[in-house]
Amino acid sequence: MDAKTGLFYVFAAVLLFAAFRVITSRNPVHAVLYLVLAFFQAAAVWMLLKAEFLAITLVLVYVGAVMVLFLFVVMMLDVNLDSVRKGFWKHFPLAGTVGAIIALEMSYVLMGGFREPPKLASAAGQIGDQVSNTKELGKLLYSEYLYPLEIAAVILLVAIVAAIALTLRKRKDSKHMDPAEQVRAKRIDRVSLVKMKSVVAAPTAVVPAEEKQS
Amino acid sequence: MMLTLGHFLSLGAMLFALSVIGIFLNRKNLIVLLMAIELMLLAVNMNFVAFSYYLNDMAGQVFVFFILTVAAAESAIGLAILVLLFRNKSSINVDELNTLRG
Repeated sequence: MDAKTGLFYVFAAVLLFAAFRVITSRNPVHAVLYLVLAFFQAAAVWMLLKAEFLAITLVLVYVGAVMVLFLFVVMMLDVNLDSVRKGFWKHFPLAGTVGAIIALEMSYVLMGGFREPPKLASAAGQIGDQVSNTKELGKLLYSEYLYPLEIAAVILLVAIVAAIALTLRKRKDSKHMDPAEQVRAKRIDRVSLVKMKSVVAAPTAVVPAEEKQS
Repeated sequence: MMLTLGHFLSLGAMLFALSVIGIFLNRKNLIVLLMAIELMLLAVNMNFVAFSYYLNDMAGQVFVFFILTVAAAESAIGLAILVLLFRNKSSINVDELNTLRG
């Protein structure tokens, strides 16, 4: 058993433990933190597979952005833990059965089909040996997969716009003005001229009386 | 003992089974449901990377890249909906989301 195999077992064990804690922990904040641990272990396993770019992307994008978003949302929501945890173990028999069936079937197939090294195994890892994984991936992404890459970019843009549009709400006390509306305003909206009959005051009898006195 | 493809695929399978169990157990907590979905995607990505290494084909890693993109978009929108839901109902219990009578 070489060092690589030992490392794989360590990473795999911690990964599975972290995944188990994610689904069973009582506090959602703990679950998110264990999920971060799981992503770190998965990145380490990918490093063993010589997928450096994806491993670093997983840490930077997933742990750095998505998990922090999760953490913010979990801390922002004041979740009532007791009502959420009610009936947690009620579903355990069904869950255990389904999980065991999946694991057994998959391990049967995998152990039957992939136990011995595949025929290409002698060539495995040749990509990573000569040139960097990132360079190789970049060449492929920007030539053969350029169109899907653009679509992925558009998907991210749509996600940004959708997330903002969903959570945006108007403040009632804001004294915000719409410039377009200000520009469109006409004189009629602001000043109205009212036609009125001109009223001439009739000369009173006081004035001649004053003249008489002087 | 050398590492074979079977090792990595078994790890992915166990991770996937664990997250399926998690979806069954946390039927009420929407946040943990989203996290279990993230774990499932991680298990799938693990298989892709392992196949890409052992079959010496970079296309698998390109696909993982796109899965990461879509997963990030999915979780961003999912969390936005979650926040909106909590604002309106002040609870994230899945059992109370019966407004559509589905």
